[in-house]
Order: sequence, then structure tokens, then C-alpha cells
Amino acid sequence: MIPPHGPKLVDRVLDDAQRRDVLEKTKGLPHVQLDEGSISDVENIATGVFSPLAGFMGREDFHHVLNEMRLSNDIPWTIPIVLDVDKGEAARLKAGRDVVLADEEGDPVAVLHLEEKYDYDREEMARKVLGTTDSAHPGAAKVLGLKDVLLSGKIDLFREAPTPYGRFKLSPRETRVLFKEKGWRTVAGFQPSGTPHFGQEPMRNPALAFTDGLFLSPVVEKKKKGVAKDEVILASCKEHMKDPYWKQRAVMAVLQLQARHAGPREAVFHALIRKNFGCTHIIIDRDRAGAGNYYHPFAAQDIFEEFPDLGIVPLFFRGDDRDPFHE
Amino acid sequence: MDKEFTTISIPTSLYKKIEESIRGTEISSVSSYIAKVVQEALSKAEAEPDVFNKEDEEKIKERLKALGYID
Repeated sequence: MIPPHGPKLVDRVLDDAQRRDVLEKTKGLPHVQLDEGSISDVENIATGVFSPLAGFMGREDFHHVLNEMRLSNDIPWTIPIVLDVDKGEAARLKAGRDVVLADEEGDPVAVLHLEEKYDYDREEMARKVLGTTDSAHPGAAKVLGLKDVLLSGKIDLFREAPTPYGRFKLSPRETRVLFKEKGWRTVAGFQPSGTPHFGQEPMRNPALAFTDGLFLSPVVEKKKKGVAKDEVILASCKEHMKDPYWKQRAVMAVLQLQARHAGPREAVFHALIRKNFGCTHIIIDRDRAGAGNYYHPFAAQDIFEEFPDLGIVPLFFRGDDRDPFHE
Repeated sequence: MDKEFTTISIPTSLYKKIEESIRGTEISSVSSYIAKVVQEALSKAEAEPDVFNKEDEEKIKERLKALGYID
């Protein structure tokens, strides 16, 4: 089995006894409320999706990622994973003390072992990660809207938030056991952009000529039911999986992940994530994780030349895989 | 951002041997070569022999069965 990125698979999900103990100890500690994207980040850190990250990035890793697309220990990493708070919130938090991370209802999600609070330059972050500070770019708009101070530190997850997609959600530990059970030594990760469709056949089928199995893993962004885009994507994937060939050669599980729209950098990020799930290969289509016309259609493929030490093989498809039946 | 570096000592004969072996390769310097080799060695040393133990694996298999992923 391919080693995880880093190479340890992080596990920071507290078991029942630990959860009771930590919840007791954190009573009365300051809370920071997370939005849905940050909750996804916390869960992805805790379950090993973002291995080797064990928490939110500190200043040194943040700047290394911005400038060199690597963590400070030189391991490839292209997207900053950060937690932002406003100055008022930051002032009441003390480095070295724990902070409770809570959901929008105020329920505890995780504990942050706060190591560092630091200032940063949002425009620099947008320019270096996204290649633009244009607020019309959805990723740049999000970065430019981040709060003033970043918090860093390891986290421990109390519980994963309930999701209507729980039945189709697997952790990297689970997919690794699954691939092993299926006897797959090589697996191609395929994260469809939107709904899987006929136009992607030229990518998925050749990938199976190189690998034992395909990991079809659509991204759903929202935890709420009734989000049309997510439900259509899932329904389409389920339909694909009814085909006897796909049943034999593919498995499907969703990933909850906030989109950064970072084009090439995000393509590498997807590769690192899929490596943690146990994929040996990843399908990179044209304009992966792009936004409008901000990136050259093949920028998300060309960037891989800068990462000979990635540890997962990218499979590049140059053709136009847009849905032929979609306007 | 500037990287910080420090100096370490290795025998000159070993230095020359490395210099010879990386000539014509994509490795630009002896320092890069040593940094890469040491990093790989450290990564291996840090790696867990197994991602999880047998008991965890059995629990995961039960969940995968319950979800219909395996028989």
C-alpha cells in the first residue's frame, strides 16, 4: 500500500472516553465559532485526509507554502490550511492554552491546542496561492474576506458533524482497508468536476488500463441536505455505480472539502489528498479546480513538473472533458 | 522567503564521491543530494510500520460490510 503523504496518516479523532475527559477539561475555555468550510478542514485534518497536518498551519509553514509550495520540512503542500479570527477574538486567546472550536449552534466540534497567533497579508496570500487579487475570482474573494489574525495549533476532533452523505463518506483509513480487501495494489483517484458524465469516459476508462481500480470521489461542499449541486452529483455517481463493470472496478465515496478555486495549486492538493486515501494515481483533467479563465487549461497539469517527489502518479488528460450535453 | 542553512562536515573523499555520482543528473549540488537522502531516511524512520492495528482494521471491515462496500 502506498504510504500516506508525510508519511504518517494522522488520526486525531477522540474516542468516547477521551472525548468525555477533554470536554470536561475544556469547560469554561474560550470558544471560536467555525463556519462550514473550517469545520470540513478540522474534520479532514483529524481523519488524516490532510496528513501530515495535525492542525492549522503556523506562520513558518504558512509562508513556506505561499512561497515554495512546501511545508517547512520540505514536504510538498500547496494550499494554506488556516483558521482566521478577528483581532478582538484573538486578543482574548492565549498561546499555550486550549480553545474550543464550535459549530454555528455553539456545540463543541474540536479542541485547538493554540500554539501561535499571527498577522498575515491577505493580498499576498491571494496573489501567491490564486495568482490574482481580483475579487471577482471566487477563491480570491474568500481570501480577501478572511479575518485579521490566523491561529495555529494541533486539533483534536470530538465528533464528525452529521451529514446527509454519511452513508457515502469514508476516511483514508477506511479506503485503505477497502482497497486492500479488494486486492487492488494500484488505484486511480478520480474527483469529477461537477457531475460525472459521458464526456469523462475517455479519462476514466484508460485509467483502468493502468490501475487495478478506480476511486470515484466527488466533492460535496455543504453538509446540509437540499443543496441541489451536491445532491445531483451524488445521484449521478450512484447511477454510474449501478453498472456491473463499475461495481467491479470502482468504488465511490464522497469527500467534504471546501473549494479554493486555486487551479494548479489545488490540483496538487487534490493529489496529496488522494494519496492519503491510498490512491497510487490521480486523474488530472484540463483546468482542474479552475475558475473562469484565470488559469491556462493545462496549468493544473504543468505544475506537477515541480513536484518529482509527490509520491503519487498524475494521469493527465488533455482532451476537453466538458459535458457535451451541457450548455 | 529565505531558507536558513547550516554547515555540516563530511569526509572530503565522500564529498568527491557524491560529486562524481550526481554529475549529469538533475541534482544540482552535493548539499541538495545529502538533504534529500537525509530527509528520506528521516521519513522512513518516522513512518509507522502499519497505519493501524489489526483490531482497528477489523472494526473498519465491519463498517465497510455494513455500508455494502465489501461482502
